[in-house]
Amino acid sequence: MEKITQFTSTTIVLAIDDVDTDQIVPARFLTATTREGIGKSLFADWRYDSKGNELSDFPLNDPNASKRKILVAGRNFGCGSSREHAPWALHDFGIRAVISSEIADIFRNNSLKNGLLPIVVDSDTHQWLLDNPGVEIIVDVEAKMIQLPDSKKITFPIEPFARHCIINGIDQTGFLQQNIDSITAFETNRSWQP
Amino acid sequence: MSGKSLFDKVWDDHVVVPETQDTPAVFYIDLHIIHEVTTPVAFNLLRENKLTVRRPDLVLATMDHSTPTVKISDLDAGLDAVSDPEPAAQIRAMVKNCKDFGIKLHGFESDQRGIVHVIGPEIGATQPGKTIVCGDSHSSTHGAFGAMGFGIGTTEVFHVLSTQCLLQRKPKSMAVNISGELQPGVSAKDIILALIGKIGVDGGTGHVIEYRGETIRQLTMEERMTICNMTIEAGARAGMIAPDNITFEFLKDRQQSPHGDEWDSAVKRWSSLCSDPDAIFDKEIDLDVSNLEPQVTFGTNPGMVVPITQHVPSDIDDASFRKAINYMQLDADQPMIGTKVDVVFVGSCTNSRISDLRTVANILEGKSVASDLRMLIVPGSQAIKDKAESEGLDKIFLEAGAEWREAGCSMCLGMNSDKLGKGQLCVSTSNRNFEGRQGPGGRTVLASPQTAAASAIAGVIADPRSYI
Ligand code: SF4
Repeated sequence: MEKITQFTSTTIVLAIDDVDTDQIVPARFLTATTREGIGKSLFADWRYDSKGNELSDFPLNDPNASKRKILVAGRNFGCGSSREHAPWALHDFGIRAVISSEIADIFRNNSLKNGLLPIVVDSDTHQWLLDNPGVEIIVDVEAKMIQLPDSKKITFPIEPFARHCIINGIDQTGFLQQNIDSITAFETNRSWQP
Repeated sequence: MSGKSLFDKVWDDHVVVPETQDTPAVFYIDLHIIHEVTTPVAFNLLRENKLTVRRPDLVLATMDHSTPTVKISDLDAGLDAVSDPEPAAQIRAMVKNCKDFGIKLHGFESDQRGIVHVIGPEIGATQPGKTIVCGDSHSSTHGAFGAMGFGIGTTEVFHVLSTQCLLQRKPKSMAVNISGELQPGVSAKDIILALIGKIGVDGGTGHVIEYRGETIRQLTMEERMTICNMTIEAGARAGMIAPDNITFEFLKDRQQSPHGDEWDSAVKRWSSLCSDPDAIFDKEIDLDVSNLEPQVTFGTNPGMVVPITQHVPSDIDDASFRKAINYMQLDADQPMIGTKVDVVFVGSCTNSRISDLRTVANILEGKSVASDLRMLIVPGSQAIKDKAESEGLDKIFLEAGAEWREAGCSMCLGMNSDKLGKGQLCVSTSNRNFEGRQGPGGRTVLASPQTAAASAIAGVIADPRSYI
């Protein structure tokens, strides 16, 4: 896992509420058995026409988008299916943070395991970011805050253990493995067996 | 100190290592259901990390999402003849992964194969008080039994395969109190659609819902499953219903249910799984369903829903609403009844159980599907298929002009060969009306099996109350 402590990037804005994971990666791309190259299927039905040509008015097709690491999205981003292909595809495209006023639970969990930061901000900040595409933002994971162009700092909540893993570039599996003895004891001592 | 909720009790019973400020809880999983789509990367992670499956006995494996819904003669040429190469490769990878890691697979040869959330309860693997996960968000279905079921991603599938545990923070809780008696022609599907319409597709985010109240107590297990199934469409982590005699009756004598003395002690333990009278919930919602009408969606998420006799709303004017009705090719203030339908799909983990099929057969019997309309009826499992055929339901469907197919997710999601064509409008008993969910450019109207059957006959969206 790559370490992320702090980065600066301009934003891509997708001002649509309730973007579901079927839009982020449509089902027909879930047939792959690996995650290589999945960034190509990101928002496939919104990004390309039926012949596979990029639609110029879609924000991710902006010539500068591939260099941008922050996606500002409408409320309740990532709802729907549990497919981890959604954060995989965003990450593969180059996105490292999604900012919204609300982010769906399963998508948030999946993102934190894949070096993609789900950042929830208050609705005023959110609206300002939606209204001002392309502004430069500093994301500071250690300080749990983003910094806007006017130097205003906005803190965001992040689960402490996930933050620890992200800033140190470690995955969460190790922690589970360290607890194997407790798991064995739990299995032996519980009052009923599944 | 206040009492415990059903969710608190199940949660507490599975904490291996409690959460601290710095670390989440190590949380034990009793049943892990897996399918071909969200597992290949997880199995590869096991290989890369030289790990094994800790409890193959607690894994229930099947294939449902990318499987064809026509009969195949074998996994080689037979599969290739009806499937695209990528889904076929995924199906073969599942067979290999299960074999390599010592997991019993309910594959094509099994008479227990079916949709993940249908076969768990059917074979009695879903039981009160269990924690149940699957790399599929509709794992909330299992909560109908007083289990805690929730969807996980592929990394978490890897965690459960290797350690039988997940890292979890305890979610908040929400009580949904449902009262009133349903009118004829109105179903559990209409209850859950109305609830999502009321609280929104993010109304449950961060919460585990417990459905309570007199109405819930009267519902069958199949109806309770329909409600819990769509809990995720309100954004909630899980939906639960306290078990009662209806639950125990359903589970008795199922293959994996406890038997003999073990049954008695299990029922005793299960009977304690209810919220204490003084349990406190973070949120409470009341819903009276006495005057509820059949519900249909008009937009591109399950919260965009209206009673069937009403029109597409004309009082909402935001970008998301406009985008949705534009995609659906509907106009504000257009009546829902009478909208032209191209396809009707009866199936999915929401409404593909035997009672759903009986309901549809009752309406279709002696009638025919509208001439230019395609109707697919897809049982949730092989066992349901066999049961329906033993009751002669297949004949009613075929005589009415519907297609009767092999078990699977089918047209619930556009992953296998059952897909909507661009622009086609489908009245569907499934759970998601997202853009392109049933095939690129396809338009989905979510509804109950009753409404689906009535609309199939009429060729337009039709009120089932005129057909019963
Ligand atoms: S039927 Fe649909 S919602 Fe249910 S498991 Fe299959 S794809 Fe998912």
